[in-house]
Amino acid sequence: MSEHSLHVKDLTVSYRRIPALHHLSFSVPCGQCVGVLGPNGAGKSTLLKALAGLVEREGGSISFHGREVRGPSKEFAYLPQREMVDWDFPATVRSVVEMGRYLRLRWWKRFGREDGEAVDAALEAMQLSPLENRQISALSGGQQQRVFLARALAQEAHVLLLDEPFTGLDQVSQDALRTLLGALKAEGKLVMVSHHDLASVPELFDRVVMLNGELIAAGPVSEVFTRAHLERTYGTRVFSGVSHGMAI
Amino acid sequence: MEWLFEPFRHEFMQRALAASVLVGFLNGFLGAFVVLRRMALMADSLSHSLLPGLALGVLIFKSLEPAGLFVGALFAALLVALGAQLLSRSSRVKEDTALGILYTVAFSLGIVLLSFVKVRVSLMHYLFGNILGVSNQDLWVAFGVSVVVLPLLVALERPLQLLLFDPAVAKSQGIATGALNVVLVVSLVLTMVSSLQAVGVILLLGLLVSPAATMYLLCDSFPVMLWGGGVLGVVGSVLGLWLSYWIQVPSGACIVLVLGGMFGAAFLFSPRYGILIRMFRPKHFHEESLSRWRGGDGEAGH
Repeated sequence: MSEHSLHVKDLTVSYRRIPALHHLSFSVPCGQCVGVLGPNGAGKSTLLKALAGLVEREGGSISFHGREVRGPSKEFAYLPQREMVDWDFPATVRSVVEMGRYLRLRWWKRFGREDGEAVDAALEAMQLSPLENRQISALSGGQQQRVFLARALAQEAHVLLLDEPFTGLDQVSQDALRTLLGALKAEGKLVMVSHHDLASVPELFDRVVMLNGELIAAGPVSEVFTRAHLERTYGTRVFSGVSHGMAI
Repeated sequence: MEWLFEPFRHEFMQRALAASVLVGFLNGFLGAFVVLRRMALMADSLSHSLLPGLALGVLIFKSLEPAGLFVGALFAALLVALGAQLLSRSSRVKEDTALGILYTVAFSLGIVLLSFVKVRVSLMHYLFGNILGVSNQDLWVAFGVSVVVLPLLVALERPLQLLLFDPAVAKSQGIATGALNVVLVVSLVLTMVSSLQAVGVILLLGLLVSPAATMYLLCDSFPVMLWGGGVLGVVGSVLGLWLSYWIQVPSGACIVLVLGGMFGAAFLFSPRYGILIRMFRPKHFHEESLSRWRGGDGEAGH
């Protein structure tokens, strides 16, 4: 695979000694929209959090563009599930997007023109410019998701890690979000999305990573999104975790 | 205008005024963090756990020197804060329960210790404070704490904002969230210790939370909430002090009543989040939903 890709090798993550992901290895090229699939507790969120540097990994390596990623990185933007943040926070759409710039700024530096332009561009790309002064609690679910995306764009991240962005969105917002994600991948971003609605997989994603504590399959939708893999992911619940002392 | 300035011709009232301004601003400013991080219960616990520290300070230094009280109170509050963390992390007991146990134990210990104190100390004094009795040394403590805490919080404003709004993203960006939490708790304890003389253990929380909660109902901007909370804290404290002089009531209580009144007014009349406006406002953003309908893609299609 080319340099412009994300490689995960032997990734293992545990919570309080209970293994959540076992020896996961896969590679995905940039400019793709990748669905992370699996039943509840399969490690979808854990995989995204491990990529974002939010959970400690027990073993394995992650590399992006040929460089080893060891912890939190500005190249990666994690977009939490919408209900994980307090939407009553005193902030406007614009000020949330500005947060994407904060870490590029040293604390004594003022918000410069370059930062303002990056925020403008991110708002524009996510079609939020007309809403920039709106209080964030007055947004619909789809708009909230776009605010998170705009913040990731302002951060100039290359890998976007979205935790269940489509959950709770109606069809219209879902289509709008899909179109925006399509535009992002056309720019060469790598978009990874945890997702649980199997019916929409073919229309949403180019590739899938199928998980059940361990990797079941990873690759283009047309090749790996098959009945056999689905059965192994969801159906019979064959789980190597048993040998690690985990009861199901 | 005589009635306006008359109270402040007395020297003790001048000192009380200076204390109101310093302590009012510091608490109002810090209150935003307490409100947004939902630390009110923790703040309450910490304020109560100052008591054994004060008693220890008196026992060890044999006097009511602010420096000794300061060290003792700081030590006790940090012990309770860290102890609660330790208890909640190492057992299934959650942090609020752990705080509840520790702070009542600490408070009781304080009462017991105070009974051994030879110096004449009134418990009421620590419980309700007495801003009219602040010494120059108390003022220096409040000033010193302001000079440390305010610039620190201003410098850390961006990472703190991210921590408050979206802790996961803050962490994924490499922000040391644990260290920031410690900074917040230590700032909180320092602020409380410096406000003790003015409003006392019991009323501290009102001074801390009310101005910030009032601003929370009035604005949609984090920096405005911080600075506005500080300003409201000053206005409420000075007004409360002034009223207490004329009505002849305890100043700490009067200050907290004024701050509570401000909150009540915002709760009723805030242009955006007041309950009166909500009663008379249409429930939807009409133009937007209409345009969606006309566009044929109603997002409210359920």
